[in-house]
Parts: sequence; C-alpha cells; structure tokens
Amino acid sequence: MITAAAQEREHYLNASYGLKSWLLTKDHKRIGLLYLATITLFFFIGGAFATLIRVELLTPQGDLVSSETYNKLFTMHGVMMIFFFLIPSIPAVLGNFFLPMMIGARDLAFPKLNLLSWYLLVVGGLFSLYAMLAGGVDTGWTFYTPYSTTYSNGYVIATALGIFIAGFSSILTGLNFIVTIHRMRAPGMTWFRMPLFVWAHYATSLIQVLGTPVLAVTIVLLFLERVFHLGIFDPARGGDPVLFQHLFWFYSHPAVYIMVLPSMGVVSEIISTFSRKAIFGYRIVAFSSVAIAVLGFLVWGHHLFVSGQSLYAGMVFSFLSYFVAIPSAIKVFNWTATLYKGSISFQTPMLYALGFIGLFTIGGLTGLFVAALGIDIHVTDTYFVVAHFHYIMVGGALMGYLGGMHFWWPKMTGRMYPEGWAKLSALVIFLGFNLTFFPQFILGYLGMPRRYHVYPPEFQVLNVLSTAGASVLAVGYMIPMIYFIWSLRYGKEAPANPWGATGLEWQTSSPPPVHNFEETPVVTHGAYDYASLMAEEAEVG
Amino acid sequence: MADHAPTETLALRVQFDTEAQQKDAATLGMWLFLITEIMFFGGMFAVYTVYRSWYPDVFAIASSSLNEIIGALNTGVLLLSSFTMVLAVRAGQLGQQKAIVMFLILTLLFGGVFLGVKAYEWNQKFEEHHIPGQAAFHLDGVLPGDQGHAQLFFSIYFAMTGLHALHMVIGVGILLILIVQARKGRFSASYYTPVDVAGLYWHFVDIIWIFLFPLLYLIDRHLVK
Repeated sequence: MITAAAQEREHYLNASYGLKSWLLTKDHKRIGLLYLATITLFFFIGGAFATLIRVELLTPQGDLVSSETYNKLFTMHGVMMIFFFLIPSIPAVLGNFFLPMMIGARDLAFPKLNLLSWYLLVVGGLFSLYAMLAGGVDTGWTFYTPYSTTYSNGYVIATALGIFIAGFSSILTGLNFIVTIHRMRAPGMTWFRMPLFVWAHYATSLIQVLGTPVLAVTIVLLFLERVFHLGIFDPARGGDPVLFQHLFWFYSHPAVYIMVLPSMGVVSEIISTFSRKAIFGYRIVAFSSVAIAVLGFLVWGHHLFVSGQSLYAGMVFSFLSYFVAIPSAIKVFNWTATLYKGSISFQTPMLYALGFIGLFTIGGLTGLFVAALGIDIHVTDTYFVVAHFHYIMVGGALMGYLGGMHFWWPKMTGRMYPEGWAKLSALVIFLGFNLTFFPQFILGYLGMPRRYHVYPPEFQVLNVLSTAGASVLAVGYMIPMIYFIWSLRYGKEAPANPWGATGLEWQTSSPPPVHNFEETPVVTHGAYDYASLMAEEAEVG
Repeated sequence: MADHAPTETLALRVQFDTEAQQKDAATLGMWLFLITEIMFFGGMFAVYTVYRSWYPDVFAIASSSLNEIIGALNTGVLLLSSFTMVLAVRAGQLGQQKAIVMFLILTLLFGGVFLGVKAYEWNQKFEEHHIPGQAAFHLDGVLPGDQGHAQLFFSIYFAMTGLHALHMVIGVGILLILIVQARKGRFSASYYTPVDVAGLYWHFVDIIWIFLFPLLYLIDRHLVK
C-alpha cells in the first residue's frame, strides 16, 4: 500500500479544465460529480413539490390548490424523488466515485458506458421535467391502469418515457459495477476482503440488472396501450389491470432495496471507521445484502393485498415479506455489536449512521405491520403507509446518503466541511424528519387516507405538526447545501486520511490522482483491519 | 503490473492491466446485458402465459390465422444468419480480415430478409383487419363476445414480434458499424472483441425468435384439423 505522504500536485480535478473536459470525461470520479450536481437539482425540484403538498395540508380545506393540482403534486414528487433522486443517489454518486477506488482499480470496466449512463439520466430527467412544466401528470408515481392508459389527461407518455430512459441509466450502471467487481479487483483483493460498501453495491446492481428491464417492458406496454390501444390491460377486452400491478411491483418493490442497500453499505463503512473496529460478523453482513436482494424479488404481491389477488397468494407474499426482516435485522444487530466496546467518536457521518439505524428500524418494523394481511387491510392507502416508506426512503436511504457525503467529502474535494455546522444540521434533519413523519403514523392509524388534499378537521393538529416538521427538515437540508459549497473555497485542506480509516480510497491523496493510485495497490488485509492498524500505532507510539 | 498506461490501444484500455482481462470484462458485460434482455422479454412472456392460459381456445384459433409456412421459412433464414455470424467470429479468431467482412455482410443480408418477410406478414394482418384497437377488428371463427380476447392475442403478437424486430434493427445497425470497422482493418486475431460480443447479441435475438415462433404460430398444430 502506498502512503499518504506522496502528495501529488496534479489530481483529477485540476488535470484538465473546461466544460468539454467534464462533459466528455471518462473518469468515474468526475462522472460521480456530474451525477451529484444532477440529482441535487432533481432533489430540490422534488422537494419543492413536497413543500407545496405540506403547505396545502396545513388546513382541512383545499385552499391552496385544486384536487387535480394536488394529484399532480404528489405524483411529480414521487416520480422525481424515486426515479431521479433516490435510485441514482448513492450508487451513481458515491458508488461511481468510490467503488473502483475501494477495490484498487483505475476506473470502472466501461468508462464510456458510465458517461452514457449519466447522459441517459439527464435526458430522462428532462423528459419528465418537460411533462411537469407542460401540464404535469396525475396518475400517482405507480401509473396504475386503466386510469393511466385510458382516462388520465396528464402527460403520462412523456413522464413514463423519461422513467424508461432513466431506467437504462440504472441498468448500465449496475452492469458496469458487476463487471468491475468481478474483473477489476487489485491483487490480493479477494471477495471477502472487499468493503461492505462494495458488497452492498454488488447486491444493488443485481436488482438493477434483473428488475429494471421488467419496469422497462411494463412502460413499453403502457405506452403501446395508451397510444395504439393494444388493450393488454384493458378489462373491456378481457385484459387484466392487476397484471400491470404485478409487473410494476416486480420492479418497484425491489427498487426499494436499490434505494436502501447502498445506504446500508455506507453505514457499515461509517460505523466501523468511527468505532475503530472491524464489522461484527463481516461475512454474514455481506451475505445479508445479497439475501435482501434475492428475497426482495419474491415479495411484490404484498402491494396487491387489496387488489383482488387470491387470499392464498396474499398469505404466501405476506409470509415471504416477513423473511426480509431477517437479513435486515442481522445488519442492525451486527452494527450494534460492532459499536459494543468500540472507541466511538461522534463525528457527523457517525451521527447520520446512528440516525439511520434508529429510523430504519422504525421503518422496518412498521413494514412488518403492513406486511400482515389483517393490519394491512386497515392501513392500506393511509398515511401509515406514507410514514412507513418515508422512514425507509428518507430516514434510511437519504440519511445514509448524507452520512456518506460527509464521510467522503474530504476525499472527493480535498476540503473539510465545517464540523460544527454539520453536526447541527444532522441534528436538525433528525428532529425535523421525526416531526414530519411520526405524526403521519398516527394519522394513518386513525384512518386518514393518502392522496387527498382535504381531510376531516380532527386531523388538523397532527397535520400542522407534520408541516412544521417539514419546514425544519427543509432548513436542515439547506444548511449542508450551503456549507458544502462554502467549503470548496474556504474549507480546511483535507489530509489523505482524515478519519484514520482502513479503506483503499483513504490510502491515496485527497483529491485522488486521475488514475486513483500512484501504483496499483496490493491488498494484504481484510477491509476493516483496525486491530492491526491500532497495534501498529501503539508500536510507533 | 502497469501503473499508468500512457497510451491506450483498442485491445488494452487504460483501466485494464492485460488484454485478457479486457476481453473477459467485455464478454461478461454482454452476457449480463443479455440477462437484462431475458428479463425484458420475460415480462412479455409472462403476459403471454397469463392470457393464453385464460383464453386457450381463442388463442388457438387466432394462432392458426398466422401463416406458419412463412414463419418457418423465416425461422430458417434467421438460423442461417446466426450460422454466418459464427463464421464471422471464427474469421475474427483466425484474423482473416476479408472473411470477417464477407460473413458480416451475409449476416446482414439474412437479417434484412427476415425483417422484410416480417414486414410483409404485418401488412397481411392489416389487410385481414387483425389489428387490435381498431373498430373493424374481426377474427373468423370466434364468437362476438370473444373478439376482445382475440384482440389480446394480436396485441401480444404485435408487441412481441415488434420488439423482436426492433432488436433486429438494432442488430443490423451494429453489423453496419462492424462492417465499416472491419473494412478499415480494425480487427485482428488479437482484437476482435466487438465481433465476438455482437455475435452473442445476434444469437440472443435469434433465440428469442426460436421461442416466439412456436408460441405464436404453432399453438393448435397438435389438433387434427
């Protein structure tokens, strides 16, 4: 392994300048930053829709927007956040940047394909943005037939086409990662020496490669039905709208794991680094990622409990859904066991990681509620479900993303973020998040349905609390946005390894050279060998 | 182990250490892509399976309205194109540049014939009013109440053969690019990876048709007419 002492003046950011050097780059690190800028834009657009939703729900009456507009708001919030922010988030930004570095490679296996993936996401996003500006789409992000094929007057085709195109971005990224992990590992980097971040991305990529094409063909059928009236989901001709739901959820349930598995990978890196211990039960944590990916393909029917699916199928899907809790719980218990007797320090990434564990646990446990047939009948399409999946997607996936952004910011930019502000914003986000979404569990349990802009007056207090929380959350998201940009110019210069972490990405300079390492690293230890690192430090004194 | 590869070659890009590693990566990448294609077509096959099991009789009648002789001949043409594709890959292995070009052109021709015949068949469907979603749709031998189910068969027929043909068109585009490159002498015994992985893609599209042909054309062949 090379030491941090060999600081080189030239690195990937200053090796070349100009717009062309970015738009035609094949460097996975630059492409990661292109993704970062793109999805940050999409995140704030999706956030703007969320803001309008929460403002409307301040009062029981529909006084801000009409019900048609409200339908469009929650649809476009979902489309933006899921397809254009959460799914690309960690893999496309942090995975792109760090996966090759973590296994000691100079780049991904297919750099041009990687650049193409970014362009596909941009083009897909532009399609969907066009649809939103032209008049919006009101089907819900799930595009259920026959409403989406026959009745909706919104821009279904443009939005769906945008998602279709972005889907290829996701497929090609997953394909690139799998080939890279199989073929590009540095000498000595065996499968069980790989960081858990890489394992999590391997599992995620499997879902992207196996699931996304099914969404693609579903969108093609939707398109053919809406434009050429093929009738495959048309009950008037003996077609089955529920078949659409099966195909849609065959992708879209595993898609939840595309969002949360990379986050779990980030949390493993952070927990280990800031408790200075190897991850407890490394192998089983690695396998649990793959287990979640595999089981994730067998549970889509739990979205169809009230769609007229047979009771027998419902019972099987309910049973299988409970199985997902096993590998998920393994991760939570093993992270906790890693903390035990570790020398823990509470820097910002660690705050996010601990926040993830708590919020993901709540999201996961309420997932068991909605996976139970009886309870699900009661809470289907209520705010209970909304709260549940926001605890997974925001409390889980987004917290992991922010934790990872703080953890690797010094490596990506060569600058430290301001620790005090960062800790404050982590706290604000945690509090704001819980204030936003915890009341929604109660609202849903009491029976408030999702996707309505008017509600009975007795639900107002909890809705006001939720909107207040959303304001806090919005402030919490703005703070990192500001200090990250600030730090690019005014932040302290980052050393090669500010956290004293063991990963290969920390053994090269910050920011890294164009080809990541001065010479190809040779790996002799497992991913989290803090024991021998600390022994060495003790010897040196 | 090379640190920085200052100049790239086609056979050894900067991110790879050895030519074998690069070739392996390209082949694995194509196999993975074909798996995504299986999932893509798999969604359509699932739709087919559901509706055929729901409406077996109507599907059998609708199937017999397709011309199985033309379909069988076209299957033969496509198999021939796969054979010439294999010969192109073999020529690549042996570094025979002229043979690569010749066999790629033959593959292109057979692919073109397949698409032409397919276009003729689709046109027949229009003339017979077997187009789903049209008011004039009518299939002889099917009760008025079951005409919708018959439409589903043709919806699936057009969607599946259409997507298959789209893949063929993409394949033809790839072949054209390869022919231009091969004529420039870009491929040799040590570097013919693009021909190799394009071959994998071509065979895959061929195999999809091998499934489509019996499922769409031959449903009722076991019945005595």
